[in-house]
Amino acid sequence: MTYSAFRIVRETLTGNTGWKPAWRDPAPKAEYDAIIIGGGGHGLATAYYLARNHGLTNVAVLEKGYLGSGNIGRNTTIVRANYFLPGNSEFYSHSLKLWEGLESELNYNVMHSQRGLINLFHSDGQRDAFVRRGNAMINQGDDAILLDRDGVREHLPYLDFEQTRFPIYGGLLHPRGGSARHDAVAWGYARGADRRGVDLIQNCEVTGIDIQNGVVRGVQTTRGAIRAKKVGIIVAGRSSQVAAMAGMRLPIESHVLQAFVTEGLKPVINHVISFGMGHFYISQSDKGGLVFGGDLDFYASYAARGNLPMVEHVMEAGMTLMPMIGRAKVLRSWGGIMDMSPDGSPVIDKTHVEGLFLDCGWNYGGFKAVPASGWCMAHLMATGESHEVAGKFRLDRFATGHLLDEEGTGSQHNLH
Amino acid sequence: MCPLCGERDRREFYYYGAEDFLNRPAADAEPGAWDNYLHLRDNPAGVTKDLWYHEMGCAQWLVVTRNTVTHEIIATELVAERAK
Ligand SMILES: Cc1cc2nc3c(=O)[nH]c(=O)nc-3n(C[C@H](O)[C@H](O)[C@H](O)COP(=O)(O)OP(=O)(O)OC[C@H]3O[C@@H](n4cnc5c(N)ncnc54)[C@H](O)[C@@H]3O)c2cc1C
Ligand SMILES: [Zn+2]
Repeated sequence: MTYSAFRIVRETLTGNTGWKPAWRDPAPKAEYDAIIIGGGGHGLATAYYLARNHGLTNVAVLEKGYLGSGNIGRNTTIVRANYFLPGNSEFYSHSLKLWEGLESELNYNVMHSQRGLINLFHSDGQRDAFVRRGNAMINQGDDAILLDRDGVREHLPYLDFEQTRFPIYGGLLHPRGGSARHDAVAWGYARGADRRGVDLIQNCEVTGIDIQNGVVRGVQTTRGAIRAKKVGIIVAGRSSQVAAMAGMRLPIESHVLQAFVTEGLKPVINHVISFGMGHFYISQSDKGGLVFGGDLDFYASYAARGNLPMVEHVMEAGMTLMPMIGRAKVLRSWGGIMDMSPDGSPVIDKTHVEGLFLDCGWNYGGFKAVPASGWCMAHLMATGESHEVAGKFRLDRFATGHLLDEEGTGSQHNLH
Repeated sequence: MCPLCGERDRREFYYYGAEDFLNRPAADAEPGAWDNYLHLRDNPAGVTKDLWYHEMGCAQWLVVTRNTVTHEIIATELVAERAK
């Protein structure tokens, strides 16, 4: 069923009785050409592009819960292409271009809104770093505009420009940056993959990976064994557990990241804003809630809930930057489990097992990467070769020293 | 929580990473040993041992045995004691 304005009018007139489920609920077949473990954003996008770009439709996505139950439904939806290092820069640039055509591509409203992202800076050193980053973005063909203090004031008059602890020196504006509706991205890719013949199998946890003589043969699941010629592990925070089923020890530590949303308010914050000193960022959803967050809780965790010290820290940082939000009531907070890598960059690569592929290490920036990660992982699984914009996301880069440490914080998983 | 200072606020402690950081390879070890030490982790969903620093207390490094799913602290010991 194609969605359109005409369709909405017709359904309105006929009592909305014509809508059909957006995807099928098939039982697993005995064998597939390719299996994707994990029905998050990256897994669903990979399945979609396997079908769309490579004609591989005998594909299943196996999800242990329901589609979108992981980080894809828990993130704060910032979409940007403001990376600095070669390797990251071209990848996120490619992803943003895919975002810009995503709604017509998927025939689905993912509510992608390029409202502009402003990263604030608060010292001469930070300004220099952002000038350099802005130049790297422009060199990559993306957009960046340096704002001085008055320039920031024009866009964000409600910030506290008087406070002296972290004075606002200026900001880097990325006009094409913005946000999108997280669940809709998962649903859009799910529906697109299903319409091309991919089986989306929910409540199906992978419990083992079958390997014979170094070649992958299929997987064991809570709904029985399923054979496959190729298997992709795309499970974000659970990467270490699933990779261990194939005897691998990954460069990943799982950490909890929290986020918060207030009650719905009239439009007040038009941009996505990040506070360069206090680890705080904020935007306003289309429903009106202020969506904000900060740093990891900092200790390895699978609890999908955080602790109060980070809640307090995030609130303090928000109040320092924009005291006006102190009147808003926080409605909910939640946490998601992040696959933190020791250099802050991801892995899209083959493994030591033939036919077994790995996509992980998204840290807390994997939402904006969903389209390009799916695109490149599908390319890798279909052709056996890395896509040109993901060629540096190798699993062996940690052993060979070709790290992609965007923030320059060194080999400590929780510092990226 | 700290063997010397007792129960203290979470915010007094700094988290470094898994206890793998205690097993520093010899200077002439194979590159693979360094990869293992710096990057690769078991990353268990359950009981783990990791390194914390009582930064705003006794300034001791601790090995903490805890559960990554429930956040329960099971045991703590001083790295200095263990080295003996
Ligand atoms: C609070 C928060 C804020 C964030 N903010 C941003 C942001 O602003 N911008 C940004 O770019 N990124 C952000 N992120 C990061 C982003 O959400 C993640 O990097 C990204 O969603 C991870 O990829 P995914 O969607 O495939 O993961 P997930 O949705 O977690 O998908 C993995 C799936 O694998 C399934 N699975 C696991 N084990 C198994 C198994 N054994 N068998 C079958 N299935 C299994 C899980 O159930 C899950 O559904 C944020 C994350 C959080 C938690
Ligand atoms: Zn102490």
